[in-house]
Amino acid sequence: MNTGSGKDFRTPLKRAVGLGSAKDGTGHFIWQRITAIVLVLCGMYLLGLLFGMVGAEYPFARATVADPLNATFLIAFLVAAFWHAKLGLQVIIEDYVHTPLLAGVAHIANIFVCALAAIAGVLAVLRIVLQGV
Amino acid sequence: MAAPDSPAPNAQGRARPLSPHLQVYRWQVQMVTSILHRATGMALCVGMLAMVWGLLALAAGEERLAALAACAGSPLGMLVLFGFSWALAFHLINGVRHLVQDAGHGFAIPDFVRSSWISAIGSVALVAVAWAIVLVRWGQS
Repeated sequence: MNTGSGKDFRTPLKRAVGLGSAKDGTGHFIWQRITAIVLVLCGMYLLGLLFGMVGAEYPFARATVADPLNATFLIAFLVAAFWHAKLGLQVIIEDYVHTPLLAGVAHIANIFVCALAAIAGVLAVLRIVLQGV
Repeated sequence: MAAPDSPAPNAQGRARPLSPHLQVYRWQVQMVTSILHRATGMALCVGMLAMVWGLLALAAGEERLAALAACAGSPLGMLVLFGFSWALAFHLINGVRHLVQDAGHGFAIPDFVRSSWISAIGSVALVAVAWAIVLVRWGQS
């Protein structure tokens, strides 16, 4: 990027025009906050469940997850948490990884791991719900 | 084309000055909470993977969950669990603090310092209360 020294008298706007938009604008900021609010609400609910499960036997823990309302909050929490994690780790990679190739690999690995973990978690909950206790 | 923070030598052969970083500033509580928010966020990513591991074990059957419970109940497992619980408490309280700031409140410096201390001390208090509840319930069961 030309930083303005030398013979280039173009303004930053002039240099940016024509290069296309970054496409998602404030989307990253907004989704980070929306998922944060979901995590606070669902997290409190799930923490309440977790305290109720202390010292419980296997069937009770399974029945707790199999309950439709609990499973709904659990799946919402899983999706929001890994979405939130993906957005947060993305910023960390952008801040600290400056090698283009390594940064690209890190971004893709971040997306893959967060997506796969979210899918695995949701499937585990669905398996318990559908199989029953 | 060099990145702005690269220490490439200039025409005189001297390293270019770098922008000042953490080491030149006096430590303040706002710096600590800011850094900890990112650090606990990364720790919680690992914690979420562990949570998925737990759900997979719960779905797979009683033996698999018993194996995980043995892992979590070991001294190292308890230490990790305790660490995760504090990371969660801090990221939760400090995250709410950030949401309040995003709404435009608490930007005066005294407010900023006070809310930072609430995050730091509140997270420790929250973890202490949570583990007290867990241990009491454990004793009753």
